[in-house]
Amino acid sequence: MYAEDELLSISALQHLLFCRRQCALIHIERVWAENAFTVRGGILHEKAHEQGYASRDGVRVARAVPLRSMELGLSGVADVVEFHEGRDGEIVFPVEYKLGQPKADACDTVQLCAQALCLEEMLSRPIEAGAIFYGRTRRRLAVAFDAALREATRAACDDLHAFIRAGVTPKARYDARCRSCSLEATCLPRACGGKRSARAYLRQAIEEP
Amino acid sequence: MKRHLNTLFVTTQGTYLFKDGETLALKVEDTVKLRLPIHTLEGVVCFGQVSASPFLLGHCAAHGVSVSFLTEHGRFLASVQGPTSGNVLLRRRQYRLADDPAASAALARFFLSGKLANARAVLRRALRDHGGKIEAEAVGQAIDRLSQHLDRLRTDMALDAARGMEGDAAHAYYGVFDHLIVAGKGDFAFAGRNRRPPLDPVNCLLSFLYVLLAHDVRSALETTGLDPAVGFLHRDRPGRPGLALDLMEEFRPFFADRLALTLMNLGKVKGKGFKRLESGAVVMDDATRKEVLMAYQERKQDVVEHPFLREKMPIGLLFHTQALLFARHLRGDLDGYPPYLWK
Repeated sequence: MYAEDELLSISALQHLLFCRRQCALIHIERVWAENAFTVRGGILHEKAHEQGYASRDGVRVARAVPLRSMELGLSGVADVVEFHEGRDGEIVFPVEYKLGQPKADACDTVQLCAQALCLEEMLSRPIEAGAIFYGRTRRRLAVAFDAALREATRAACDDLHAFIRAGVTPKARYDARCRSCSLEATCLPRACGGKRSARAYLRQAIEEP
Repeated sequence: MKRHLNTLFVTTQGTYLFKDGETLALKVEDTVKLRLPIHTLEGVVCFGQVSASPFLLGHCAAHGVSVSFLTEHGRFLASVQGPTSGNVLLRRRQYRLADDPAASAALARFFLSGKLANARAVLRRALRDHGGKIEAEAVGQAIDRLSQHLDRLRTDMALDAARGMEGDAAHAYYGVFDHLIVAGKGDFAFAGRNRRPPLDPVNCLLSFLYVLLAHDVRSALETTGLDPAVGFLHRDRPGRPGLALDLMEEFRPFFADRLALTLMNLGKVKGKGFKRLESGAVVMDDATRKEVLMAYQERKQDVVEHPFLREKMPIGLLFHTQALLFARHLRGDLDGYPPYLWK
């Protein structure tokens, strides 16, 4: 069990799975965190609100729901949590909004599963499934919170806590992900990847006749 | 992506700044003269009798827009700071290194190398552009002197030794600075640096440009999460922005000094635009100050290629870039601090 002031942001899980350096820059270095957060948060909320299907029959829709799990050591906000009427009582169904399209890696499903685990802990109810709405495809991807996904999510949480506690920002490595990363200008992956030497640069400039 | 944004300079006396929605509004004598969206601003610099509402100040702080108050003549009074931003680990590292004499000396050598290399580049440029008109031999000797110091800076040395070299280098550089003023000789003569207060128009101009530069460098450091007060070359003195002064060094020659030279050599500022007060202190008049501010802003828009990053960027963004590179060195991503080297 974690203490309240040890809770980390749910979104950090996704950052960690996408790029460990990006995660460190946002959550350890806090470099221009305001920019990254406000842009991300702003876009998410805009999306969640513009859908506006709050009054469907038999479904209560809660938006921007604060969440936490003391067991996983996470806190954050779910875009949308739906409460469906079921035969054996209400079914809790978290929905996450993403701008893009379904990704090959587990970033998004782990993040959604973490939200579900938070809700389970807070509501003391089992949650079996949720969905991710992708803006690009305008479709919902159904996600089942099976044992494998739960295990992957728990492992990612342990990894995240150890990573943040260590406080070490990994060296940059320039690759295809960098092009889609909003933090590239802060990360400087080409300069900070260990390939360029500030000392050599200075030496050369000073020696020049 | 960090963008290079505008700095608003407010020089009209009696101006009141306030928040109106997401804009900064500017009122003079009950008339709203200007509205600017806050997200298009990087900083606000107020000269003299200019006031601002607390809500505007809070909003600026929340958006990372620095606000500084200066006297009418450009002496720094105060700046408004929001919640401390950035990374506590970075700042602790900064403090630890500042407490370590050997580490401080090593960092100071990076800053000094940048300063001396750029000072040398300014002198070389003057020889290239005005070789026939200026005392080439004296300037050449100063260049050699700077080169010797640059060589010596490559070896380990104590902070005091590095600082001694800085003094000698400054002496050599300012010793020939007067030769770089090729026009308006009657108006502008430079016999050495004096600051408190400036006693001639050239020093007045230089001091004013250094104040503007300090404002920009300081806010770049704050944005990056560094503590502008804790320096390495400039040691702690209450009220002195040590690290801002450190990081400024590389910018003084090619940015501020050359801008001063351009303004004088192209006749954009004139001797009669400066006023001698009873004490002998020299201040500039409103029109001259405006001219200098405009030139400063325009110069920041000029695009240069960063020789280390090999990317093009406006000079105004260089302050942030250098602060960031310094932070990345402190965090262990770079084997040293690469100053911006002007060619």
